[in-house]
Amino acid sequence: MKSFKSLTRRAVLGGIAAAGLIAASGLPGTSASAQQDIDTIHFLIPGGAGGGWDSTARAIGMTMKQEGLIENDSYENMSGAGGGKAIGYLIETADRQENTLMVNSTPIIVRSLTQIFPYSYRDVTPVARVIGDYQILAVQPDSEIQGFEDVLERFREDPRSVKIAGGSVRGDLDHLVPASAFRAAGEDPRQVAYVPYDAGGKALAGFLSGETELLSTGLGEAIGPHRDGQLRIIAVSAPERVDVLPDVPTFKESGADIDFANWRGVFAAPGISDERKQAFATKVETMMDTGTWEEIRSKNGWQNLYLPPAEFVDFLAKQEEEMGELMREMGFLR
Amino acid sequence: MWEGISLGLSTAITPLNILMVFVGCFAGTFIGMLPGLGPISAIALMIPITYGFDPASGMILMAGVYYGAVFGGSTSSILINAPGIAGTVATAFDGYPLAQKGQAGKALAIAAYSSFTGGTIGAIFLLVAAPALASVALSFQSSDYLVLMILGLTAVSAFTAPGQVIKALMATVLGLMISTVGTDPSAGVQRYTFGSLDLVDGISFLLLAMATFALSEALMAVLKRDESSEKTRDASVGGMGSLKVTRQELRSIAPTVGRSSILGFFIGVLPGAGATIASFLAYGMERTVASAKDKLGFGKGSLKGLAAPETANNAACTGSFVPLLTLGIPGSGTTAVMLGALISYGVQPGPRLFQEAPDVFWSVIVSMYLGNIVLLILNLPLIPYIAKLLALPRPVLIPLILFFSLIGVYLVSFNTFDIYMMAAFAVAAIILRLLAFPMAPLILGFILGDMIEDNLRRALSIYDGSIAFLWERPLTLAITLLTVLTLVVPLIRTVNTWRRMRWAAASGDGE
Repeated sequence: MKSFKSLTRRAVLGGIAAAGLIAASGLPGTSASAQQDIDTIHFLIPGGAGGGWDSTARAIGMTMKQEGLIENDSYENMSGAGGGKAIGYLIETADRQENTLMVNSTPIIVRSLTQIFPYSYRDVTPVARVIGDYQILAVQPDSEIQGFEDVLERFREDPRSVKIAGGSVRGDLDHLVPASAFRAAGEDPRQVAYVPYDAGGKALAGFLSGETELLSTGLGEAIGPHRDGQLRIIAVSAPERVDVLPDVPTFKESGADIDFANWRGVFAAPGISDERKQAFATKVETMMDTGTWEEIRSKNGWQNLYLPPAEFVDFLAKQEEEMGELMREMGFLR
Repeated sequence: MWEGISLGLSTAITPLNILMVFVGCFAGTFIGMLPGLGPISAIALMIPITYGFDPASGMILMAGVYYGAVFGGSTSSILINAPGIAGTVATAFDGYPLAQKGQAGKALAIAAYSSFTGGTIGAIFLLVAAPALASVALSFQSSDYLVLMILGLTAVSAFTAPGQVIKALMATVLGLMISTVGTDPSAGVQRYTFGSLDLVDGISFLLLAMATFALSEALMAVLKRDESSEKTRDASVGGMGSLKVTRQELRSIAPTVGRSSILGFFIGVLPGAGATIASFLAYGMERTVASAKDKLGFGKGSLKGLAAPETANNAACTGSFVPLLTLGIPGSGTTAVMLGALISYGVQPGPRLFQEAPDVFWSVIVSMYLGNIVLLILNLPLIPYIAKLLALPRPVLIPLILFFSLIGVYLVSFNTFDIYMMAAFAVAAIILRLLAFPMAPLILGFILGDMIEDNLRRALSIYDGSIAFLWERPLTLAITLLTVLTLVVPLIRTVNTWRRMRWAAASGDGE
């Protein structure tokens, strides 16, 4: 049954490729040779086409290919269970996924805590943290609110008067980051009125229609509308001011000591050798030094936040602990 | 504006870009015909090959694919009752019955003409007023969307045959209930997933539509092997490919197409609505304004019932470019993919696109005209051949439908659980159909259920748990009143005729 399944998929992918529709050439490698020079990478994308995971994976793969770091790149979108399906698939088929890199990001922490899926980063092999996007808080361009201090003041007068729109469900990033800022400023994060939309774009549309005064989203998504004057960014979740927005203070400067980056990184199948893990990480590091990458990175407003395997694992453990604490306090975890 | 148009024309009408329109429409039509592959997958497939292009050519190609896929999607709705995307569900309501009557060619031709008109009128609006329409896109808030979706739900009334009102309503409620499976968007809690990872994301539209429409239809055909009907079917097969639409028929659908274009375009402009809602609203509107005699034809192969959603969904696709290009807001999954592509070209859609990259802005709009024309020239000659699909002998056609529906769902999720779930839904659907429950209200409730719930809960949290938005927001109030009118007026009319008949009968008895 298994082999039949992979055969059909190969046939279908092959058929599409033959029709000239996708430029994919490599397929999940089944070759048992554990040679350390990686010339084929298959990217497993836990979400649909066009999303953040998708654009990150394709950007990494295409840069590697263009710069001649690898010969074959291929991509497989597998959405489901908030990314859990792809993780499960990578674990189940680990023995034939030695050329596979899965993209993931902060949700692998959040969603394993909330048990949306029964896996955590420990079940796969963390290879490298690649990029990050800071979270921001924005207001309507004509709002009286000047900085996060004003938001806090209004919140202290009447918590219900502060309503924040965001593009994820309650308890996910767009909600957790502003909530943690309120907590850091000594307020009750559970009092924060969060209005969820089903995507960042929908949240922006709702915000622009005037439904809420505040919007919580990623810096990459907000930078364009900020420059166009559709919204005004008042705080960034970075440790220091970011170079694209030198005039905008951090949450820390505004009395809420948080430092949060929605990182994106790559993971390999469980059980791959240390040499292979290191080889993947080196490929990523080399790729990030190229001009092609710099161009793509700056277009998308991403921050380079490379971490090699060992540091990446430490970072994940630390983030899991911090997130867990916040989410427990907010009643999202039993 | 005129210099914009001429700039657009000079960019769009280069041999390369014209080729792009052709390739896009052609590829899109074929990809869209396969159940399971909608515009999103079609465009996503195109992105890698457009990387080396300049932004205008890339967008032109993708716009062509988009139109092609939406158009192609209606083909499978009409021929085998398999709406591959939500926007073509309403097309199946009347398109499939028409095809069953042996008028597949005509149905496809009407779909082509309607799509063409809807797309073209939409493109004209876009050209004339895109920057001004940005404010329309932002005029709707959650409470307005909420009542708009409820208005869309009134399209259910088209399936309430005499004596079947309760059954249609029950099917609607069942659809609404199925839509609650999965992760609750407001609280992030799982509902009715029974701890299964396969249900965390809820039940996919494609799965439910394929199971309740295509699969159950094909299996019903096996169950009800009626020899006489097969003979009449075989007899009509000769006329399958005929595209003939009489002048009278064209004249009768012209007002429908006009109204649906305008409605579809404006609904498409709203980032929270889109092609699906547009097609339902257009369908419901046409039924409401139709004469009492025409009304009875809806759901049984009405030409108006086919033209309305087909026009509206294409007009809405064009409309969805307004928020994308002028505000940088993607109104649908498809335009979200396009937004990603634009950003990767280094073009940031938003209020300044108009000034910063006028060639992209205008050439996309101009290419929409071209796209619609190409779509028509490309598809009309193909229709007789496509319609011949139905002339296949049933022992071949039915397994083919089963195969494509199952494969279509599997290829999207690569999850065998979905296949079992689909089979279960198909069996349930057959039982319901044997008990004369209509399936259309079920899928309507399912599609709208999610959106109704999201918007209701958002509106409630913005208004601190009060339903004051119903009367405090004029727009919400207006749409609510419209919904009430849509429901009450026919009721009053029915009661009146019923009373008159009784009165007539009573007075007749008295003599």
